[in-house]
Amino acid sequence: MELRVTDLKCLRGGISVLEGVSFAVPAGQALILRGPNGIGKTTLLRTLAGLQPADAGEIAYPAEEGAYASHEDGIKAALSVRENLAFWASVYGRAMDEAVLAAFDLVDLAERPAATLSSGQKRRLGLARLGVIGRKVLFLDEPTISLDRFSVKLFADFLRDQHLAKGGIAVIATHIDLGLEAPELDLQPFRAAPEATGGSHEVFL
Amino acid sequence: MIALLMRDLRLAVRAGGGFGLGLAFFLIVVVLVPFGVGPNSDLLAKIAPGILWVAALLAALLSLDRIFALDYEDGSLALLATSPLPMEGAALAKAVAHWLTTGLPLTLAAPALGALLNLPGPAYSFLLISLLIGTPALSVIGTFGAALTIGIRRGGLLLSLLVLPLYVPTLIFGAEVVRRGAEGLATATPLIMLAGITAGAIALLPFAAAVALRINLR
Repeated sequence: MELRVTDLKCLRGGISVLEGVSFAVPAGQALILRGPNGIGKTTLLRTLAGLQPADAGEIAYPAEEGAYASHEDGIKAALSVRENLAFWASVYGRAMDEAVLAAFDLVDLAERPAATLSSGQKRRLGLARLGVIGRKVLFLDEPTISLDRFSVKLFADFLRDQHLAKGGIAVIATHIDLGLEAPELDLQPFRAAPEATGGSHEVFL
Repeated sequence: MIALLMRDLRLAVRAGGGFGLGLAFFLIVVVLVPFGVGPNSDLLAKIAPGILWVAALLAALLSLDRIFALDYEDGSLALLATSPLPMEGAALAKAVAHWLTTGLPLTLAAPALGALLNLPGPAYSFLLISLLIGTPALSVIGTFGAALTIGIRRGGLLLSLLVLPLYVPTLIFGAEVVRRGAEGLATATPLIMLAGITAGAIALLPFAAAVALRINLR
């Protein structure tokens, strides 16, 4: 199993932001996406996850193995931590894995309504979802936002020991150092050239 | 699908879930009508079928914008879209959840409110049957409207404007069943039409809603 992207062109709001993106990630490895704000990291991840169509190019990975985690955690405030995780587990047709609660330090919070969690705890709950759904190819958009240093390490340990070590793949957009041994991909060279708009406006300036 | 349905039902009955809002609205509208029309029981009996159906329709409309908007805002809709659950199934589960929390309680409460409007005796069973057959169409059509308007800030009014015209056939045939029942006429034709609209809506609109969701999530 591997994730292979060939000559991908991504659109955001009808404007092309990235073009010619090519990379391959073998099983058991992560890829860190780097680049300044607005370069198109989120657009690339959403395109890879299948939320928006690619304008050109190919994305190849086992379609039933992909999972996406966005800035928002998709947590229901009225449900408890355990209920939130159990819901996602059953959507993916899996039994709830209690070990995930421990891996993300959520055991003491399991019966608390998610509304009472701090933003860092909510983020941990959102990331714990990745543990219960059992997907092999993860597309993670800024997974460490609002996490403290201890939680970042929890998450990095989970990724390394529970996910990558079992042959998983992860593509991660992040600005901090997760402590993973993973190649980085700078998106700067793939910035799409401004499209020719058919005629110059300079004559009007 | 079952998981999503159970989660939505659970959310609806928890604090802030909005369960009962539609029912309370239905109650208030129906109670207000006699105040506005005056204590003329003959007149009330005549307009009762229409009032009950219009009130049920407005009550169903009230909770439509919650169907997808909350899931869209907290990001769970995008996560659902990348999950193994097909969007058609998600749309259908949402519509069923909306019906169970709005349409079904309205149907069960309607006979009691019929008494407030002096609804003639033979019409009660027809009221119950027509709402039971008609309200699922309101939920499914509303789910489609909600799918079209996610991502639009304060889209509730636009949603109402989109959905209300689509409710017209259901309203016409639903109220017609009750009116004919009240007057002792044959009700088979409007009942069949009502059932046809509901069956057609359930068969087609989850697919339309799924397409609208996918486009809106881009």
